[in-house]
Amino acid sequence: MAAKLKFEALKIGDELPKFVVEGVTRPDFVRYAGASGDFVPLHYDQAFVEAAGIPTVFAQGMFTAGLLSKALTDWAGIGNVRQFKVRFSTRVWPGDTVTCTGKVTNKVEKNGEKLVEGDLIVLNQKGETAIKGSFRAAAA
Amino acid sequence: MADKSIVGRAGKPFKMPIEWSKVREFARAIKDPDLLYFDPEKAKKELGGVPVPVTFLQTSAFWTDADSGPGMGSFDLRRILHGEQEFEFFKPIFVGDTLTGVTKVADVYEKEGGRGGKMTFLVTETEYTNQKGEKVAVSRSTLVETGQAVKAN
Repeated sequence: MAAKLKFEALKIGDELPKFVVEGVTRPDFVRYAGASGDFVPLHYDQAFVEAAGIPTVFAQGMFTAGLLSKALTDWAGIGNVRQFKVRFSTRVWPGDTVTCTGKVTNKVEKNGEKLVEGDLIVLNQKGETAIKGSFRAAAA
Repeated sequence: MADKSIVGRAGKPFKMPIEWSKVREFARAIKDPDLLYFDPEKAKKELGGVPVPVTFLQTSAFWTDADSGPGMGSFDLRRILHGEQEFEFFKPIFVGDTLTGVTKVADVYEKEGGRGGKMTFLVTETEYTNQKGEKVAVSRSTLVETGQAVKAN
């Protein structure tokens, strides 16, 4: 499949175009639960979370990671991601605005394939890190 | 205590058919309207088939049962957080494929934590092969058991 990134033109420090979701919602979490099969009640059952001492439901980490993966494939092209890794930090709450981005940290050639490596990050509206991650993607 | 004896333990293989309706539903859920997920003709021409989103293998939850998991040892489900998730891809995955997944315990270790006291980490790996017997992907999940119930932040 055709790689979208141009290996020679890419520079260390190049940034991925931002993907911003203004105000994630409870219905977003419910839709992700149904789509993914993650039915942990912390993400949609208000009575359950209050009983656990948490003020409100919050996003599945993998919902937010999914938004981040879209930022990556928009840039690198679907089918070109070779590795995608995320680590969860701050929770994402209803109403939060999340900004998904990343930057190039390395260019390598492995087994005849040109590869671009980089960091990924999701920030909330306060600038707190919700997800830190990394990627490897094929370039041409 | 980190129970190292469970490292290497594997669950029973499970089948995971890659279905277009599920791929579309998942793409919508992660707010990705890319036509490669929604227009099979375009996808076939450009990629050779309808692709799956990067994190789509999370939907294996629909295809696993109690026997597919390797068992969690002494982990307390009430104190568990999803700490990290990683996917590696070796070959394309397309709608119409039938994958076989095998999940095993890759590592168990302890660390001193901040808010929750001592933390125990459980790393599980699911290796996926397609209907041609090719290894297509590995999904690696790190669960964290906190020393006490996790507080809201």
